[in-house]
Amino acid sequence: MSGTLWFAEQVRQLNYSFKFGAIWKYQDQILEGIVLTLQLSIVTMIMGLAIGLLVALAGSSPRRTLRLPAQIYVEAIRNTPLLVQLFIVFFGLPSIGIKLGANTAAVIALTINMGAYGAEIIRAGIESVRRHQIEAGRALGLTAYQTFRHVVLFQAMKAIYPSLASQFVLLMLATSIVSAIGASELFHQGAFIESRTYRSFEVYTLITLTYLLITLGLRTVFAGIYWVIFVRRPVR
Amino acid sequence: MIREFASADVFYLLLAARWTIGLALVAAIGGGLLGLLIALARILPFAPLNWLAIGYINIIQGTPLLGQLFVFFFGLPLLGFPVGAWTAAAISLSLYASAFLGEIWRGALQSVAKRQWEAGAALGLTYRQRFTHVVIPQAVRISIAPTVGFLVQLVKNTSLTALIGFVELTRASQIITAATFAPLTVYLTAAAIYFVICFTLSQLSRVLERRLHGAR
Repeated sequence: MSGTLWFAEQVRQLNYSFKFGAIWKYQDQILEGIVLTLQLSIVTMIMGLAIGLLVALAGSSPRRTLRLPAQIYVEAIRNTPLLVQLFIVFFGLPSIGIKLGANTAAVIALTINMGAYGAEIIRAGIESVRRHQIEAGRALGLTAYQTFRHVVLFQAMKAIYPSLASQFVLLMLATSIVSAIGASELFHQGAFIESRTYRSFEVYTLITLTYLLITLGLRTVFAGIYWVIFVRRPVR
Repeated sequence: MIREFASADVFYLLLAARWTIGLALVAAIGGGLLGLLIALARILPFAPLNWLAIGYINIIQGTPLLGQLFVFFFGLPLLGFPVGAWTAAAISLSLYASAFLGEIWRGALQSVAKRQWEAGAALGLTYRQRFTHVVIPQAVRISIAPTVGFLVQLVKNTSLTALIGFVELTRASQIITAATFAPLTVYLTAAAIYFVICFTLSQLSRVLERRLHGAR
């Protein structure tokens, strides 16, 4: 018997009818979840990159007192799971007197996490601009700021854009983890719908596929932005 | 009853870490075997096979692992496979690993220059001979460091299986937290154990990268 037939037979013998329709009336919750997930991703991406920039600068500093803490931060975050970091912030910090709501804890944990990855991306971007490009800028009489603004910035941006774009998608997918502490986003909405319908499989399949749609949408948008900024740009 | 967090708890966490490592190993092996097929399906000159592989990779890489875990955990029993958390975890992590390893290995295979293929052809080697004697040895070299690097992701991601109730390091920490009510100490200890495993792998990946690139 072929695989498909066997599968169809298994499904027929189930005393379970798949009811995706029962979930359809919760489309408002799902839409709200999409908006919440995107908001959470954008906020943590921006704050994470701000931290990442500071850490990248500290990490490339000639002073060891700045470099060492930056390296420890990046390694500690990149080598431990986000879920455990989240539990430390949400369950651990209250025991030293810092009580945070689920949403705040989620933003903090995701930002700290993103900061470490952002630092690595930014560091790679700065390193990608060759030293002689900077020297050429200075030789043409540009100030340090002008060299950074007109020579380094654009090239570095172009070099790190793909990693930033894929990091954003990874971050968006990772936000699903904060549902573990009950922070509001798409996956948490899924848990809510599950509690109302008891249709675990259908709910989580639908939610998972919704993430796929967001990913595909984001990738399209990012490819469009790349084309507009870096490809179509006239040579100056 | 609330008790103190003691050295016995650290020992219990270390025992639970065996399951973290075990799960990561199973997923690495299962995902590795499947990943080989994915990488091949992606580069063999047969379009429908390429599309199938691309679709598979997009689905796995475009959805959260947590979602995949829940779908398998709740879905497999419905299809007549009454699997527990361990099996659901092993299956979804293997599929997850296969998509990422498949892409890493495809990249490695394709980064072997076209000239190498042509040189093989000029020497009268068949497609298969060129593949096994010219391309694979070079691709393996290129892919070792990123493969070890991905293992770090895999170890960290095993923590998500705690959310479907599989008792590994993170779930064990939750259990001990419930008994001792010392969440900060417990989760920091768990983080330290993860760090030791992952940092070792990260450093290994770095050393391999330096050594294998230096030799080329």
